[in-house]
Amino acid sequence: MSGSAALAWSVVVPLAGALASLLAPPAWRTWLALPLIALTGLASIVLLAAVLTGGPVTHALGGWAAPLGIALVADGLAAGMAMLTVVVAAPCALYAAVYLRGHSEASGYFWPLLWFLWAALNGIWFAADVFNLYVGLELLGLAAVGLVALRGSAEALAAAMRYLLAALLGSLAYLLGVALLYGSYGTLALDGLAAHAAPQATTQVALALMALGLALKTALFPLHGWLPPAHGGALTPVSALLSALVVKASFYILLRLWLALGPALGPATAATLLGLLGSAAVFWGSWMAWRQRRLKQLVAYSTVAQLGYLFLFFPLATGVPEAAARLAWDGTVLALVSHALAKAAMFLAAGNLILAAGSDRISDLAGMSRFRALSLLSFGLAGVSLMGLPPSGGFAAKWLLLQSALASGRWGWIAVLVLGGLASAAYVFKVFRRSFREGPLRDRFHAAPPALELAALALALASVGLGLVAWAPLAAMRAGTVFGGG
Amino acid sequence: MNGAMLFPWVGIVLCAMGLFAFIVHRHLLRRLLAFNVMGSGTFLVLVGLAQDGRGVDPVPQALVLTGIVVAVASTALALVIFRRWYRVSGHARLPEDV
Repeated sequence: MSGSAALAWSVVVPLAGALASLLAPPAWRTWLALPLIALTGLASIVLLAAVLTGGPVTHALGGWAAPLGIALVADGLAAGMAMLTVVVAAPCALYAAVYLRGHSEASGYFWPLLWFLWAALNGIWFAADVFNLYVGLELLGLAAVGLVALRGSAEALAAAMRYLLAALLGSLAYLLGVALLYGSYGTLALDGLAAHAAPQATTQVALALMALGLALKTALFPLHGWLPPAHGGALTPVSALLSALVVKASFYILLRLWLALGPALGPATAATLLGLLGSAAVFWGSWMAWRQRRLKQLVAYSTVAQLGYLFLFFPLATGVPEAAARLAWDGTVLALVSHALAKAAMFLAAGNLILAAGSDRISDLAGMSRFRALSLLSFGLAGVSLMGLPPSGGFAAKWLLLQSALASGRWGWIAVLVLGGLASAAYVFKVFRRSFREGPLRDRFHAAPPALELAALALALASVGLGLVAWAPLAAMRAGTVFGGG
Repeated sequence: MNGAMLFPWVGIVLCAMGLFAFIVHRHLLRRLLAFNVMGSGTFLVLVGLAQDGRGVDPVPQALVLTGIVVAVASTALALVIFRRWYRVSGHARLPEDV
């Protein structure tokens, strides 16, 4: 399998998987996932190897060249994101296979929706033009909303409806930006736009609309209202997938736009504004997480806070020396990867704690440390990465971002990075304080099946271990971007 | 303003009207209709902006066709969730708006 073929397969296999699992009898759908994950994983590995050895890989679907055909492009960043998708989604799928035995109606629809989600993610990572990004964004949004609604309760349906309205509004704002760009330049390809774009009013309005829509979809403060009920109220494996991967996709598109157009076009005030909103998200999300009484709501608000760090990239990389911009890029990519691993681990571990306690209230965790230490260990390891303690991936990411802020002398952002770590410690330790309290109320907890513990632990170990091998994903995900040289 | 710019401007006005209705109304069906008006406005901008005397450009037409398919699918999903929500809760608005 050549790199170009692997690129096509990594989109085609999940899409075919979605259709196959819709047609297959519900009882087969879980088993069908096994070969599909193996094939998608294989395609992603081959693709990553091809990109690392031979540079960016392209594929014109069906032999039709752009603009009428659809081109797929994989550089280091895209291939790395596809690999991250496999690493996060495979344990989540294992978790779901066991977890959903108790939810027979939901399990039938989970698998086709998961495969649509996966296809949309890979479609976004590899898109070469702004319109395919839009199609990927819409497919992703629809699959994610379907997954949120799976639980079928009134609460879940309201969360899905709110999520759908936010997603639709966000993608229309994005599409209007695409329309203005096409009207101005007559091209949709990212590299074409990068070559032609000039800093005129229409372009800036278009970019502002696209950034607004993507910020709404990434749940940037103050547009985050839809996220906690959707991520906190969904079935556990769904929560993990949404928080780890789905919100990253819209941020990835924002990064791509910045790589193609941003440095020349975006005024510095826009970058500062994004950074300020990100900082507000860090503190508001942590504060709200600390106040929650339900475990998964706490983890969901933690996502709002952690997404804020990603937006510090824009002020740290705009109008600074190249060395500082490069550090900001590395720090942001690593923050994205380590948050994906840590948050998936944390949601799965939280699901295990909820299964064990039979309740999702944090106050019902009393006594958990003595009986379900393994679930708590996974939760804690994920927390270590979120707080940014060494040697976790979260620590390495914050370290790089701090170095970048020091190199460019921007002291305000340093305060955000340092205080934000303390704020996340507050809500992680809140869970631990409850769990170590000896409750007189109960001495018996249900045991979560070992496969569930294993999935959470594997992801948690990956998020902590990432800090030790961070150079490898960073080197891979720099390849092919403007930060690739040197 | 020349004639060619009529369609994009009408599209912008439709978008603004749709956005206004989307924000003002609380009934979910009205919000869904508002979204569809916004969508039509966006499509009009997309097709209209590219018609500046160079003849017909096929790319925006293909994009709008795709966009219409996406909008129909989203509307269908929204209607399904709305019906379920209405059956479970008896409300046509989201809980915070009831």
